[in-house]
Amino acid sequence: MKKYKWLVPTLYIIFLMLPIYWLINMSFKTTTEIINTYSLWPQKFTTENYVKIFTDSTWYMGYINSITYTVFNTVISVAAALPAAYAFSRYKFLGDKHLFFWLLTNRMAPPAVFALPFFQFYSSVNLFDTHIAVALSHCLFNIPLAVWILEGFMSAVPKELDETAYVDGYSFGRFFFKIFVPTIAAGIGITMFFCFMFSWVELLLAKTLTATAAKPIAATMTRTASTSGYELGLLAAAGTLTIIPGAIVIYFVKNYIAKGFAMGRV
Amino acid sequence: MNKTINQKAWFFVIPVFVLVAFNAAIPLMTVVNYSFQETFGNNVFAWEGTRWFKQILQSERFHAALGRQIAFTFIILLIQIPLGIGIALTMPKKGWGVPVCLILMSMPLLIPWNVVGAMWNIFALPDIGFLGHSLNAMGFDYNFTQQPGDAWFTTILMDVWHWTSLVVLLAYAGLNSIQPAYYQAAEIDGASRWATFRYIELPKMKKVLTLAILLRFMDSFMIYTEPFVLTGGGPGNTTAFLSIDLVKMALGQFDLGPAAAMSLIYFFIVLLVCWVFYNLMMKNEAQS
Repeated sequence: MKKYKWLVPTLYIIFLMLPIYWLINMSFKTTTEIINTYSLWPQKFTTENYVKIFTDSTWYMGYINSITYTVFNTVISVAAALPAAYAFSRYKFLGDKHLFFWLLTNRMAPPAVFALPFFQFYSSVNLFDTHIAVALSHCLFNIPLAVWILEGFMSAVPKELDETAYVDGYSFGRFFFKIFVPTIAAGIGITMFFCFMFSWVELLLAKTLTATAAKPIAATMTRTASTSGYELGLLAAAGTLTIIPGAIVIYFVKNYIAKGFAMGRV
Repeated sequence: MNKTINQKAWFFVIPVFVLVAFNAAIPLMTVVNYSFQETFGNNVFAWEGTRWFKQILQSERFHAALGRQIAFTFIILLIQIPLGIGIALTMPKKGWGVPVCLILMSMPLLIPWNVVGAMWNIFALPDIGFLGHSLNAMGFDYNFTQQPGDAWFTTILMDVWHWTSLVVLLAYAGLNSIQPAYYQAAEIDGASRWATFRYIELPKMKKVLTLAILLRFMDSFMIYTEPFVLTGGGPGNTTAFLSIDLVKMALGQFDLGPAAAMSLIYFFIVLLVCWVFYNLMMKNEAQS
């Protein structure tokens, strides 16, 4: 029994990798080959799908747009959440518990509910089709998440750290940036990871709030699928490329992931 | 931790408060506004009272979508939670296997949702997809674009593929926080594998599992992009979950009043369930 324990995670990982392999397999085939023959690996290996993406600006701009608003969003979310999480972890104040739950309710709001009002609201303030509009709209679910995760990490830091620093004559600002932030660096890393992740994978709001100038890669993909027939090879190549930023981010934070989850806040 | 009472802490919360209020309160007010009015275009509105709410609550379309949504959420919770725990229990605890498992298992979580849908679409196509082709070769009559049962099967399999890892990671973190002394004590007492699980591991995982159920409930109840790309809600309306139905109503048919009323009812259901869970979770936290 114990000897075969490794079998369960192995089978699970194989199950996870199969569709990803199929996507990569498709991305190296020509569209004609995909439609006409069924094969487990490309018969006529081609990189033309990738070449097309890297030379056509509507394609590669999609990636740049997606990365731009995701980075904006991560920076805004973490910057705003840091002081708030500190307040929640250290102080009691009027309405703190209600405020905390109200923040969480926004993580629970179905984006479909907000799509239309967001469209009208951002159009009326002339932010429609800008990176900042998407970044701000993603704050809806990323700020509550960031506050939640950071609060968990900050509560784990004993309050004596703050008190000792004040006794040593540190001002609040110096203490916060010189001592406190480095102490919870792992927590900030995890928070940035999750903000990046949720902003990167979201499409409904990103698509609703953009037309051309800030169009995310994911939306470019849906458009191609409907207009120029069904260019499966191109679609597969574009899909494969969207996995890469996530894979890079995971690689960098792999040691923190388990720890971050251990805080019980995600 | 004993917290100091300090009303000035509000100043720290202001940026978050402003950003979220700007994002949540203003659009939500728009929705509330629409839900009580009839629109004639050109910003002409007429007061309709609770008509849209009554209409939605009595409409068969909403009942059907809600029924499908509840069934879907229930099924995926029933599969993902036990499966996630099972995988977490069998994962290596140290050595090279840990980072390999963590990295590979996190992969589905970081793929944009429509790519997940598109990926499963080409994976499941009956003629050229691996899954569809294999099932048909084994003698099943499988076609997810035409048979409702197959569409459900594919959607559920896709969600299991996409999100079980989240449960695994949470459960794994919960298991890792158990001190070795507990296991030694269990061994001395001659506890069976099941008893160890039931009386040591499960209680220690209670907090992360509540969180896992909460997160999976919320996200599966709001699911939109993946089934939309995979099946488009079809065949017919058989996989049109609440969000898909709502977007169809709001952006497709531009029935703003009923769509807004439906949004509020929808949001209220999610909120209610989450509130119950949140309180349970906080109670657990207070106990431990």
